[in-house]
Amino acid sequence: MSAPEDAGRKSNNHGTRRVLHITFVVLGFFLLWQTVVDAARIPEYLLPAPSAIFAEIGSAPNWYLMHVARTVGATLLGFSAALVVGYIAAVAIVYSRILEDTLFTLLIAMNSVPKVALAPIFIIWMGTGLSSKVAISVLIALFAIVVDTVLGLRSVDPDAVDLFRAMRGGRFQTLLWLRAPNALPYLFSGMKLAISLALVGAISGEFIASQAGLGYVILASQGAFQTTRVFAAVVLLGVIGTILFLIIDQTERFFCPWHISHRGRHRGQAAR
Amino acid sequence: MTTAPAEPAFLAIDGLNKTYPSREGNIAALKHVNLEIGSTEFVSLVGPSGCGKSTLLRCVAGLEQKTSGAIVLSGQLVTAPPENMGIVFQRDVLLDWYTVLENILLPARIRGLSRRTLTPKAEHLLDLIGLTGFAHRFPWELSGGMRQRVAICRALLLEPSLLLMDEPFGALDAMTRDELNLELQRLWLDNAKTVLFVTHSISEAVFLSDRIVVMSRSPGRIIDTITVDLPRPRSLSIRETPEFGRYVAHIRGIFESFGLLRGSHVRA
Ligand SMILES: Nc1ncnc2c1ncn2[C@@H]1O[C@H](COP(=O)(O)OP(=O)(O)OP(=O)(O)O)[C@@H](O)[C@H]1O
Ligand SMILES: [Mg+2]
Repeated sequence: MSAPEDAGRKSNNHGTRRVLHITFVVLGFFLLWQTVVDAARIPEYLLPAPSAIFAEIGSAPNWYLMHVARTVGATLLGFSAALVVGYIAAVAIVYSRILEDTLFTLLIAMNSVPKVALAPIFIIWMGTGLSSKVAISVLIALFAIVVDTVLGLRSVDPDAVDLFRAMRGGRFQTLLWLRAPNALPYLFSGMKLAISLALVGAISGEFIASQAGLGYVILASQGAFQTTRVFAAVVLLGVIGTILFLIIDQTERFFCPWHISHRGRHRGQAAR
Repeated sequence: MTTAPAEPAFLAIDGLNKTYPSREGNIAALKHVNLEIGSTEFVSLVGPSGCGKSTLLRCVAGLEQKTSGAIVLSGQLVTAPPENMGIVFQRDVLLDWYTVLENILLPARIRGLSRRTLTPKAEHLLDLIGLTGFAHRFPWELSGGMRQRVAICRALLLEPSLLLMDEPFGALDAMTRDELNLELQRLWLDNAKTVLFVTHSISEAVFLSDRIVVMSRSPGRIIDTITVDLPRPRSLSIRETPEFGRYVAHIRGIFESFGLLRGSHVRA
């Protein structure tokens, strides 16, 4: 049996390998892009080369950082709120027939509405500041959390439910020690979806009305035909999205080492 | 051959009926089942597939609502899972997010008992069943036989006076099954408790039981009860003795006389 430190090291190795892998693939893509732009002499206002994009970011790092912080802030706030609200809603839906018939049905019906279409309404209600972006993020990310968590809380082994009943476990104990751990891998897959959706929500809000954030940078630069700036913001968005996803992925490895998709990579580490 | 205990039985099943509602009307699973089991008695249920063995066990466990009749466990009517009961299913139902030790301690966790106090007890059970040193493994690192051993330890943790087992070794290979039969007998001899054991295997039933209850095809009725008078502890080689063979043949004869062996799942 491998010692816990051993298992920890293995998982770190895995994480590092994954980050290196992504970095190499992206670097290769940029290299190809650079070569094509150089060879075909594509003008910068149409498609700037990666070198021009990085030079643009390097020319005003603090300015970009400020906008990145703004967008990441809105995304994380929206994501966290969606996580908390979504999880509580999922538990309530699983335990209440009435909420399942009303709230869950409503959520599913609402999901077919493209939520970006609702973004202007939030700007009307909450103004052009941060709060409207967070609200749009929450709205877009919420569904993924609720649906996946409900699925996870429900898809428990019926024999395990019987086992808990036979041991005279109540609803709360069954939730805490059977349904919730069982739902964890489902929750994480919901979170991976929700984090990118929260980013989409933040950007959509910024597109409609804002004074800061990468969405604002894209829109303002597009209006001024500063294509390189638009691309700089897009590249930064890509980096943000990837990093946020990887953080959740690594957290999942830590919290659900038992899950089939991680077995063998993470043996012997205690899950609590 | 039926035994009639003089004192009130530890477990008394009286006129138990169970029907399941279904779209095509009611399915009768159990029909007028009467059974008395004494304290520390090892009783096996055998019968063709679908005859209601699991249903009977689940009614005794308080997991299934009975349609009519009464189940009385040490003087108390069973309507919900009783306090001092342990249960082992055909599938081990170990929780993947807990280690072996934590799985065994699950009954303590659920009852709100101190897991620290019960840890030595859990480790002792692991030793008894031959899993020393596996306490901190995860269920998915164990073989099927090892997993079922853990499930047995979990059922025994709080020293239940009634142990219910629904084909606990049904999914195991013959050798592991033999081994676990021996271990179960040893555990039972060490710390005698009432066991109600469901099995498809006639020879497993003869090997383990004090008494064997034979059930008919659905709707399940008790068609015979056989007392097994073989000395204990029984070793695996007892299965080659003529007495053992006579018990097996007798039970198979009952099945045949009721036309239950044609294409049924009961095997010797
Ligand atoms: N939840 C249920 N709903 C409806 N019918 C059921 C249900 N559970 C069992 N039955 C029916 O009751 C009868 C007895 O089933 P049970 O599971 O008790 O049989 P069994 O003797 O344990 O069979 P096996 O040896 O195959 O496990 C069967 O006809 C089955 O179809
Ligand atoms: Mg059964």
